[in-house]
Amino acid sequence: MPSPYVTHPEAREIVFDFLEGYDVLGAFWMTVKLTALSAVGSLIWGTLLAAMRVSPVPLMRGFGTAYVNIVRNIPLTVIILFSSLGLADIFGVTLGTDDFKAQGFRLAVLGFVAYTAAFVCEALRSGINTVPVGQAEAARAIGLGFSQTLRLIVLPQAFRSVIGPLANVLIALTKNTTVAAAIGVAEAAALMKTMIENEAQTLLIGAVFAFGFVVLTLPTGLILGWLSKRLAVKR
Amino acid sequence: MTDVSVAKEDVAATGDLVVLKSVNKHFGALHVLQDIDLTIARGEVVVVIGPSGSGKSTLCRTINRLETIDSGTITIDGRPLPQEGKELARLRADVGMVFQSFNLFAHKTVLENVMLGQIKVRKSDKKEAEEKARALLDRVGVASQADKYPAQLSGGQQQRVAIARALAMGPKVMLFDEPTSALDPEMINEVLEVMQQLARDGMTMIVVTHEMGFARSAANRVVFMADGRIVEQAAPDQFFSNPRSDRAKDFLSKILHH
Repeated sequence: MPSPYVTHPEAREIVFDFLEGYDVLGAFWMTVKLTALSAVGSLIWGTLLAAMRVSPVPLMRGFGTAYVNIVRNIPLTVIILFSSLGLADIFGVTLGTDDFKAQGFRLAVLGFVAYTAAFVCEALRSGINTVPVGQAEAARAIGLGFSQTLRLIVLPQAFRSVIGPLANVLIALTKNTTVAAAIGVAEAAALMKTMIENEAQTLLIGAVFAFGFVVLTLPTGLILGWLSKRLAVKR
Repeated sequence: MTDVSVAKEDVAATGDLVVLKSVNKHFGALHVLQDIDLTIARGEVVVVIGPSGSGKSTLCRTINRLETIDSGTITIDGRPLPQEGKELARLRADVGMVFQSFNLFAHKTVLENVMLGQIKVRKSDKKEAEEKARALLDRVGVASQADKYPAQLSGGQQQRVAIARALAMGPKVMLFDEPTSALDPEMINEVLEVMQQLARDGMTMIVVTHEMGFARSAANRVVFMADGRIVEQAAPDQFFSNPRSDRAKDFLSKILHH
């Protein structure tokens, strides 16, 4: 096997010719789409869950607590398989499409949102705890209601203090999207499995995909880390 | 004591703004407010003093229901305090509150702090709210700090912004919960001056404080609390020169002689 460090153009072609015929970029694009949609969805659902967990209504608090404690303790694979086999096959949830591939994608996003939201909720709740109680008291004292106090005063400060932990959740989500391969979504890990079955360069294939994920997650961590410093609330 | 409060009620029966009747509150086993009866007339400045742990801060916070009470009634401008919800939020907008630790919204500029309630609660338009906010910041002497964040201001400046924020709501009564206790000594006066001006302008004020100088010069009445009870209330001159209860005599002897 020729050394991958040889810089001759032809040599490079020989080393990486196992990539030919595979849409690696397309597969990673699917990973990016899964991650982005699931991130937005879980941020919204996670914020709502956090609002429930700090709300004065016992029923909402109970629901929020039960949801988080159940969902975050179920393996992601089980949740993704359930959304495909359970929701789609048994309950006939089609999510508005008959196309099998599109359906798999949407079910996967649904599963990731359901799962990741529990972690977003807990990160956010720890952020809410960093906001001094006087902030909410002052907000109520000028006549803001519960939801206004949360939306205008508490959550904006809570978000800024948990950008770091949320970056962790986002990185974990990016890597977790590989589980979607289990229900046939053509993302990076699914393609990697196919390629490992068909090609001989197992180690190289692994390295290429590992590198692909690092390219996606490393900037995420760096940018959000920078943002977290920039937006920190000074007290 | 009780005879004094009865006399007050007779004098200002129509002008009563804040009325507390047999208010009780417990923190666990601690009975922090014990049968509190207190009436504050429109335009009156009442200073509440007493040793720490006497319940004066709690009393102040019950008036806009930041602390709930176990029994008794509190009425503001003839209306009893409602349960938590929209009604209560509306009422709180009419009751300005200034905290010991300022509690300015840390992620908003000084100007935004003073505009927020006007826009979100009073539904004023932005331009109107900004004009009013700038005028109020000017009145409390921090107009030049309008675009800074609270953390960039000194304690005294922050507390004056907090007063402006409360005034922006056009409150009927202002509550001050130890407004100068967290300040460096050289900043206390700038805050007290703003409060004194407010008193001269006829604002109804309930002030929990350790500043006896302010009590003497600005208060219409001094309420002395100890162990969850109102022990004595009188005009400041009378209270400071001739306290009737032993508890008040003891308290004053400890704070006035050094």
